[in-house]
Amino acid sequence: MTDRVAIDDVLDKKESTWWQDVLGYQPFWITLAVVVIAVIMSFVNENFLSTGNFFNITRNFAFIGIMAVGMTTVIITAGIDLSVGSTLGLVAMSSAVTIDSGHSMEAAIAVGLLVALAIGFINGCLIAYVKLNPFIVTLGMLSIIRSQTLVLTNATPVTLRRVGEEADRFRELLAGNPMGVATPVWVLLGVLLIVGFILRFTAWGRHIYAVGGNEQAARLNGVPVDQVKVSVYMMSALTAGITGLLVLAWTGSALSNFGQSWELRVIASTVIGGANLLGGAGSAYGGVIGAALIEIIRNSLLLAGVNTFWQGTFVGLFILFAVLLEKVRNRGR
Amino acid sequence: MALLELQGISKNFGAIQALDNVDLRLDPGEVLGLMGDNGAGKSTLVKIMAGNFPPSGGEIRLADEAVHFHKPVEAREKGIEVVYQDLALCDNLTAAANVFLGREIKLRFGPLKILDYKRMYDRAGQLFAELKSETRPRDLVKQMSGGQRQAVAIARTRLRDCKIILMDEPTAAISVRQVAEVLDLIRRLRDQGIAIILISHRMPDVFAVADRVSVLRRGRKVADKTTKESSPEEVTGLITGAIQSA
Repeated sequence: MTDRVAIDDVLDKKESTWWQDVLGYQPFWITLAVVVIAVIMSFVNENFLSTGNFFNITRNFAFIGIMAVGMTTVIITAGIDLSVGSTLGLVAMSSAVTIDSGHSMEAAIAVGLLVALAIGFINGCLIAYVKLNPFIVTLGMLSIIRSQTLVLTNATPVTLRRVGEEADRFRELLAGNPMGVATPVWVLLGVLLIVGFILRFTAWGRHIYAVGGNEQAARLNGVPVDQVKVSVYMMSALTAGITGLLVLAWTGSALSNFGQSWELRVIASTVIGGANLLGGAGSAYGGVIGAALIEIIRNSLLLAGVNTFWQGTFVGLFILFAVLLEKVRNRGR
Repeated sequence: MALLELQGISKNFGAIQALDNVDLRLDPGEVLGLMGDNGAGKSTLVKIMAGNFPPSGGEIRLADEAVHFHKPVEAREKGIEVVYQDLALCDNLTAAANVFLGREIKLRFGPLKILDYKRMYDRAGQLFAELKSETRPRDLVKQMSGGQRQAVAIARTRLRDCKIILMDEPTAAISVRQVAEVLDLIRRLRDQGIAIILISHRMPDVFAVADRVSVLRRGRKVADKTTKESSPEEVTGLITGAIQSA
């Protein structure tokens, strides 16, 4: 057995080809589903492919998609972030208050993003250093932040429309449609490219996968596991914060219930896109295409005249279907 | 001159005395079998040599110089590499990614540092070839056999010019054919001048590759002799306590 290769050594080896990689890549199947639904819908209802509807769909899923990209990094490390919906709410409210109290648009954006990063930092530290369970930490944070959003203005909405020049600049920057595409969609594209790049081409990204694959092994090999964990919760909170600013600009006012229960849609998107809650697997594109699928189902049911109360059933079925698909793909591995 | 020398190493965890005044010596190019029953202190001793935690008493000397490790990375920098019992592999990453985990090769573009996939694949392929292992750098570790996984963990130790490799139960959980493969790997490392401490339960494996064998029982070293002068029967007696010391 020195230089000789045993026959079963060779037999259990499969050269994986590019098309096998594609077929084994969950986001590919979800993309296919999105395309198939779009084609079917274009026959069912001519309004589906209209510019207006396209604009609506893309903008609607951009909000969830941006957060799903951040959430994906958390889920790859085998964590979870339930506080993103509340983070969105507090960021929108604190930015609105900043502008409302006469500060500049830049100050409002800075305040919003700093609030988000601080929330992510606290989540990350409690999880990485105090070693509390991510589900519980972010569940607690969900409740704390939502309550602080109410405390901030005593639950009074803040409307940007009546504020003046800075509010107009804010809305111009974040709620426009350069080249006929809504700003949130451009932001989604940017976030997707940046995070996708980080995950694929940087040591930081590889360490995120390593922590989710085998935390103990990562630690023994000198991966800064604790810093990696803090970084993904900050990433998730940052994407929630960016979304908070975009939602604020789009609606023109901040309500204290902004983002409520969005965390569930965000997590559903990442799971549909192939992220594994046990950690180690997922991609930035997967989160985005998962969000796209949910939105296109919602929109199609609406246009097809299906009672809107049925939407949740269809979305739920797709979540179950996605997990099943994952199971089938991994059979025999 | 000994490559690695432990002098009077003790370790207690609270009231439990895991190691009591253990001396150990490793010469260049030597394979030392470290044996003992569960709880005899083998793992504790390995973790002290690997820098996972410091000893409560005693001294570690590397090439006649006293060293103090606080983290595994420090031991690694001094040329001590460890192959852990569970191999410390991430199943979701490729063989090459595992080999370079925590010390990735990067390309620099201004402030940006990106992973140099090509160089890591090439270097990992080269290491597997040196180990004569049929492991491909691009394959995911979760699809690999026990022997291939072992090769990945060993290739990792060959990234730098290490002098000592500590192997914790490398043959514990793999098939008979793969055991032969791993023992070959150990011989190849020895032929390249690397000193190895092989921690094992498996008597035949130790006698197949080790030059010398040390036996621990209840935290004390009870024997240290060349494998030629000893026998599996004697070592078994020493491990169980049927023979007090030798």
